Amino acid sequence: MRSFLVIGSIIMGIWAGIFVVAFCYGLNKQRTLNSINNYVSHIQIHHREYEKDHDSKYFLENSSRIKKELEADKNIKAFAFRSLLNGMISSPIKSNGVRIIGVNKNEEKKLTSIHSSLVEGSYFESKRKNPILIGEALAQKLKVKLRSKIVLTFQDADNNIISGAFRICGIFKTKYSKYDQGNIFIQNSDLQRLIKSEEFHQLALLCNSLDDVDSTYQSLKNTLSDYDVKDWKTIAPELAYADEIMETWLFLIMIIIMLALIFGIINTMLMAVFERRRELGMLMAIGMNKSKVFILILTETFFLSLFGAPLGMFLGAFTIRLTSETGINLAMVGEGLRSVGLGNIIYPEIEAKFYIFITAMVFIFTLIAAIYPSRKALKLKPTEAIRTI
Amino acid sequence: MDIIKTTGLTKIYSNNGLEVNAVNQVDLNIQKGEFTAIVGPSGSGKTTLLNMIGGLDDITSGTVEIAGTNIDLLSENELIDFRLKNIGFVFQAYNLIPVLTAKENVEFIMLLQGLSEEERKQRSEELLNQVGLTDKINSRPNQLSGGQQQRVAVARALASKPSFILADEPTANLDSHSTSTLLDMMAEMNEKEKVTFLFSTHDQRVIDKAKRIITIEDGKIIKDERP
Repeated sequence: MRSFLVIGSIIMGIWAGIFVVAFCYGLNKQRTLNSINNYVSHIQIHHREYEKDHDSKYFLENSSRIKKELEADKNIKAFAFRSLLNGMISSPIKSNGVRIIGVNKNEEKKLTSIHSSLVEGSYFESKRKNPILIGEALAQKLKVKLRSKIVLTFQDADNNIISGAFRICGIFKTKYSKYDQGNIFIQNSDLQRLIKSEEFHQLALLCNSLDDVDSTYQSLKNTLSDYDVKDWKTIAPELAYADEIMETWLFLIMIIIMLALIFGIINTMLMAVFERRRELGMLMAIGMNKSKVFILILTETFFLSLFGAPLGMFLGAFTIRLTSETGINLAMVGEGLRSVGLGNIIYPEIEAKFYIFITAMVFIFTLIAAIYPSRKALKLKPTEAIRTI
Repeated sequence: MDIIKTTGLTKIYSNNGLEVNAVNQVDLNIQKGEFTAIVGPSGSGKTTLLNMIGGLDDITSGTVEIAGTNIDLLSENELIDFRLKNIGFVFQAYNLIPVLTAKENVEFIMLLQGLSEEERKQRSEELLNQVGLTDKINSRPNQLSGGQQQRVAVARALASKPSFILADEPTANLDSHSTSTLLDMMAEMNEKEKVTFLFSTHDQRVIDKAKRIITIEDGKIIKDERP
């Protein structure tokens, strides 16, 4: 019974550890992917001076050359040119500072998922002049709705104040509420007509996979050295740091769980030693030497973890497999999740290296846990343990 | 030849600053094939004397020689190994391993000695047969009576082919029938195979079977007779 309790606690400890790790890992990965797929992309290219103060006069010169380079790179899945301006959006009731993103609707569809995040209206399908997409949070703030008229005010490259009236053709809701509140989308053609320029401020691109980013980034840095080429880790360092911090945290969580497990094992094995003092005393009396007694306790503890660890890992892997398909719906805290760039549903996942780490940890910690009870067993005096020979 | 020889054997326990002389200057010689009972009232020092002879208790002064080896000069591990090879123990409370069968309990000590599986099997069956438990070799201790468990304990003690067997109050927990069976069996082993037995007891039935009776009182031998 005692052994089953220890095995049970090992199973639960490992299962909980793996699941927590997978949950946190999945959560972080989703946040990164959401950011890449909706806002950051894998790589962005700007004018060398643009980053300093986001001045609209710093266009991407010779954009056709960039286009040519990107079209020749097989690692690149999609790219889109954008015009970027900071301005003011005004409804009859309120105003708000926004980033105005001028997009080519067909290019942008391949790059971001704004088109699939619409909760109302369509993705620039309206035949009305000057359509605009705004976020749900911003619409609520401005107290506007679909087909409402709003005014955008901004400065052109020569610092002239320009205003334009736009009609809301769609309202989007991404997984990041702050983004929805501070960014609006209009068509490049409409924006360029207002600022009387056909140049772009930004080129954003997606590679075929995350693994291709580094090589593509290096290659573009070389070929487009007269531009400012940045990868997602440089553009959004908080995402890259979160990855590193999360990994460290997950290892720490596992160590804490293992430490808790150690105390459970020590307690149980101590009970086992005290309950079997008579037996151990007898074994020592008849000629079982100390190293064998030590190995006996160590082996017993080791076998308990040998049974518990694979079962715990199997249970953990099974739970992750189930939940990684269906996801874990956290709609009840959905607003909180959206404020940090996460959706309602979290899909746990875990890297193989964590299983290896956990397996190694279980065996190391189990052996450590066995040392104290084993030493206690060694300190038994046969005559006292069996009371009499 | 003396199998056991003690010279000036003394054990003093300290209890809250008070010194108790449990065994006091005991000189004792036991020869091969003897069937000896150490008798005396409770607290007379019988068990302490046996513990020291068995190398289970530290000696305050004096020496214990087993088959010519002064066991006090052995290191802890050497002493454990010496016990494994030379001394068989029979405990008052049997002390069998509850999860092992009778045969496995007997085999265990041979496993510690590094005997092969075949040798262990053959000898354990032989010994259990000798103590009259052929039909109980696969029974666990909880399936055996007290007397049967003690007979398994005797078989276990003999398994390592020791120089002698130390038995502390081996019949204390047994009924009269089991006591009689056990004593007859041990007497027969002593008679036929010259197995040396050294008991501590105050059971008159054991004393009646003994060929030599050593009476101890306040840690000192006061009588040594061969009835």
